[in-house]
Amino acid sequence: MTEKILMKGNEALAEAAILAGCRHFFGYPITPQTELAAHMSKRMPKIGGVYLQAESEVAAINMVIGASAAGARAMTSSSSPGISLKSEGLSYLAGSDLPAVIVNVQRAGPGLGGIQPSQADYWQATRAPGHGDFRLLVFAPSTVQEMVDLVGIAFDLGDKYRMPAIILSDGLLGQMMEPVVMPAGSNTKVPERPWATCGHGGKREHNIINSLYIDPPNMEAITKARFRKYEEIKEKEQRREEYLTDDADVVLVAYGASARISRSAVDMARKEGIKAGLIRPITLWPFPDKAILSKKAAKAFLCVEMSMGQMVDDVRLAINGKKDVIFFGRTGGMVPTPAEVLKEIKKIKGGI
Amino acid sequence: MNMNLLLAGFGGQGILFTGKVIAYAGMLDGQEVSWLPSYGPEMRGGTANCSVCVSDAPIGSPLVTAPDVLVAMNLPSLEKFEPSVVPGGTIIVDSSIVSAGVKRKDVNVIYVPATRLASDNGLKGMANMVILGRMYNDIKFCSEEAFREGIKKSVPARKQELLDNNMTAVDIGIKSGE
Repeated sequence: MTEKILMKGNEALAEAAILAGCRHFFGYPITPQTELAAHMSKRMPKIGGVYLQAESEVAAINMVIGASAAGARAMTSSSSPGISLKSEGLSYLAGSDLPAVIVNVQRAGPGLGGIQPSQADYWQATRAPGHGDFRLLVFAPSTVQEMVDLVGIAFDLGDKYRMPAIILSDGLLGQMMEPVVMPAGSNTKVPERPWATCGHGGKREHNIINSLYIDPPNMEAITKARFRKYEEIKEKEQRREEYLTDDADVVLVAYGASARISRSAVDMARKEGIKAGLIRPITLWPFPDKAILSKKAAKAFLCVEMSMGQMVDDVRLAINGKKDVIFFGRTGGMVPTPAEVLKEIKKIKGGI
Repeated sequence: MNMNLLLAGFGGQGILFTGKVIAYAGMLDGQEVSWLPSYGPEMRGGTANCSVCVSDAPIGSPLVTAPDVLVAMNLPSLEKFEPSVVPGGTIIVDSSIVSAGVKRKDVNVIYVPATRLASDNGLKGMANMVILGRMYNDIKFCSEEAFREGIKKSVPARKQELLDNNMTAVDIGIKSGE
């Protein structure tokens, strides 16, 4: 299956999850994510997998906990308000060291917000997806092809580090169709999970999956061990793409849909002789701060988001006051245009 | 080639399908393409629109806010999107549905009585394919081979019996422009 086909982001991601060995999907409908669950409902019964529409988002994420504990590659998907409902389960997954993939096809918030594309759940995904001391792997696709490519990586790294992974997409990427090449999935091998609580006929010690630790010294030790793992991930797993950054005076930082728009703005700026470039984070956690710090020649950074400014915090933390970090965003379901971004680049260029 | 296209009309006129054919044809022609539907309440309220980009460079925003080409298959769509077309752009109107004319003088306007041409030829419901044919005649956004193949790929396997009718409708559209 290496033919280029035209596919919606939501459907392509679902198909790629199946190719990555996911056979357990638990969901609940919400715009603009619904095609993902709909695709799973069509495909899973045909391949011996499980598609289950739960009675609520809370139920769906708890089913993911159960399936993952039993050793299955499990997934759920939703859009922003639905992800909020899943936050308790996300915390339990992290506290139980269980891998799973959670997809957020973001829409505008807070509250019910709107159904148009947004990137206002960055803080939620990277800071507080639930209560407690923990991190999740967070991936940000910016094309339909990347909706496909990152699913397998999210499952594999989740297994490697025994932790949940979020794919932070948005309504634009979920709804659009683009040419895509599906990976040859037949050789996908789901790693062994010797920790899983599955039947073993009394042949080994029984496994326990748990997130309750009543004894504070023990709980502290377990949490510290988890954070040593997070340090290793920060060292090894930062991913980003760069575009024309080598000689750039103004470096844009944008992910997902706004990175596409920023890239067009960079091209427009270059045509006018302005040295602009783009760093596109592919992992939002771990945030690619090394790439940002390495841009010694840059005079200023411009962070472009479909929010009131959330990832800009991470850019500022990376820069640590050494250079100007400016923010531009649209929110509430509005998508910025390349011309708007170009205007911001020119404003900065006037000042340096 | 760099074409930003907006197709708009009533739900059920085949707006999204027409966009898909154009995107498929562009892709088979070796170009970068994107297709983005309007989604949400307007799908239920009667109007549908879809953005299609065909370009030889990677596509930035798939959301078309300033179309080079606007296809308007009803009056509300024409009224809503006429002001957004770039100067020198093209507006294609189904003149058997839209009675009012295009007011702007800085765009090319193509009137096609697509709904009437379709029903006169026993192809009721295929006005979208007539419009598509006319659009292809005037704006050759890909090779003819890719165009025809794009139509074939877009008609689902279970509806292959409709392929001939779709092709006939497209040819009627092409002829209307010759």
